[in-house]
Amino acid sequence: MTAIVAPADTTRRRPAFSLARWLERPGVFSWMMVGPPIIFLGMLVGYPFFYGIWLSLLNRPVAAEGKFIGLDNYIADWHDPAFWQVVINTFVYTIVATILKMVFGLGLALVMNQDFRFKNLTRALLLLPFIVPTVLSTIAWQWILDPAFSVINWTLVTLHLIAPPGPSWLGNPDLAMGSLIIVNVWRGLPFYAITLLAGLQTISPDLYEAATIDGAGTWTKFRYITLPLMKPVIFIVTMFSVIFTFADFQLIYVLTRGGPANSTQVFATYAFDVAMNGGQFGQGAAIALTMVPALALMIAAMAIYLRPSKS
Amino acid sequence: MTVENRGWHVRFLKLWLPLGVSLIFALFPFYWMAITSLKTNQELYSRKLTPLYVHNPTLKHYIDLFTETSFLEWTWNTFVVAVISTAISLIFGAMLAYPLARIRFAGAALVSFAIAATYLVPQPLLFVPLADLINKLNLNDTLTSVILTYPTLLIPFCAWLLMGYFRTVPQELEDAARIDGASRLQTLIKVVLPLCGPGFISAGIFAFTLAQNEFLYALIFLTKTEVRTVPVGAIAELVKGDVFYWGQLMAAALLGSVPVAIIYSFFVEHYVAGLTAGSVKG
Repeated sequence: MTAIVAPADTTRRRPAFSLARWLERPGVFSWMMVGPPIIFLGMLVGYPFFYGIWLSLLNRPVAAEGKFIGLDNYIADWHDPAFWQVVINTFVYTIVATILKMVFGLGLALVMNQDFRFKNLTRALLLLPFIVPTVLSTIAWQWILDPAFSVINWTLVTLHLIAPPGPSWLGNPDLAMGSLIIVNVWRGLPFYAITLLAGLQTISPDLYEAATIDGAGTWTKFRYITLPLMKPVIFIVTMFSVIFTFADFQLIYVLTRGGPANSTQVFATYAFDVAMNGGQFGQGAAIALTMVPALALMIAAMAIYLRPSKS
Repeated sequence: MTVENRGWHVRFLKLWLPLGVSLIFALFPFYWMAITSLKTNQELYSRKLTPLYVHNPTLKHYIDLFTETSFLEWTWNTFVVAVISTAISLIFGAMLAYPLARIRFAGAALVSFAIAATYLVPQPLLFVPLADLINKLNLNDTLTSVILTYPTLLIPFCAWLLMGYFRTVPQELEDAARIDGASRLQTLIKVVLPLCGPGFISAGIFAFTLAQNEFLYALIFLTKTEVRTVPVGAIAELVKGDVFYWGQLMAAALLGSVPVAIIYSFFVEHYVAGLTAGSVKG
């Protein structure tokens, strides 16, 4: 096409001009722009992803050459009772924490959606748990939940609600998961509340007025106006939250390292344990990759229940 | 009178009570961090004294933190890494966002898909192969290792957010510049970018706080004191075996949170805009 309009000698006489013209073409300009970041992401996300799949098919101790063993790592997972414990733990952690964050987050958003003084200040303060580096705030929680000097136990003992010394919140296998979930909710709740609040503010007050005139009560308005209109926002917020809760590492690593007796071990901490502490890169990669189908299952289930109904 | 009273009760139950409980729940750990860092060890491990406030405040833990550990170095490392990876993410994010927001080109759908996929890939999925890769590149124990890997978490978000801002620039402005002979690149730099300042602030603040928050890659790649970031330094060096230096840990946690909290308090509206943009606009 260019050959017809621009004969060879013209191009030679004014090369700079035609290069500039060529760069102005939409496709060329766009790819010159997106090319470098795409290559960057390709090298540091795309390549590691496929390299991880390859690693998972190897017997690869940290300091040795890998040996191809096919699906043996996955078969070993399947026969490993600790792995199934990890699967159950991850699902419990994600489902319970997500439901709590969704319910209380929506509740808090509804409370915040009223007019009151210092609204912006309150919103800023409520977001603090979400912006402060997780590891640092989790260290504070670890001290709050300390087996010997927990302030919660001190309060309960002082009020004569329990006998001293009180439970070990992180050391008791029956309580550890619950403690982790509470800390996760503490950190994630602001994200739900503030995002859902922004969603609530986009709903036109006219709708509520019209419903009030028709005699609708608070519950009816919530059920038939607020919820349906909020569904798309709830869906997106929940999807993000599910992915990041499912793959959570920091909080659990700091508080329990997966213990006691694997009772809080999840995919991320288990893969870390096997790959970094145990030095089994292949096995670790395989554990991390088994997150993908589990995560896909979870997102699919959520999409079915929460899918914004197309009008 | 009775109506007013009743109104007050309802408002208390519907507003102030839930709000108060939420605020106490949200802020108590920070209060606890602050007072623990000011207590003497004797007070920390006493079962007799009320732990709810400080009896004999001391700055000992802060002094120890500065003189006996490399906390200042960790803070500097965290800052350098967060600033550089935020800058990289903003530039690359804008390079992805502008064509996607403005130009119809072949492969645009593929690029959007790649960004969304990158956004949703959780870190624990990649750390094993990345650890091997960083090892092979001899980047272990260098800040470069985390400066290279953090942007992979931040770029998709920056691109997504900036796309929304680029779309708000009136097309007519760009057309006018192009008719006057400006190239596409000149139009972007001289017309579009100056109008998108708030977008860059939102994306920058958000990326900066995410970069400060990152832990997993730093934990794996940085094993020497002099290259550590604050979260990794605190976990690895203020806990020795089973011994927790609680006073110093709390001082480090508080000081490590301060830079983020200060920047956040100045730009809270931008931060909220960034936080909610993705879910509400979409």
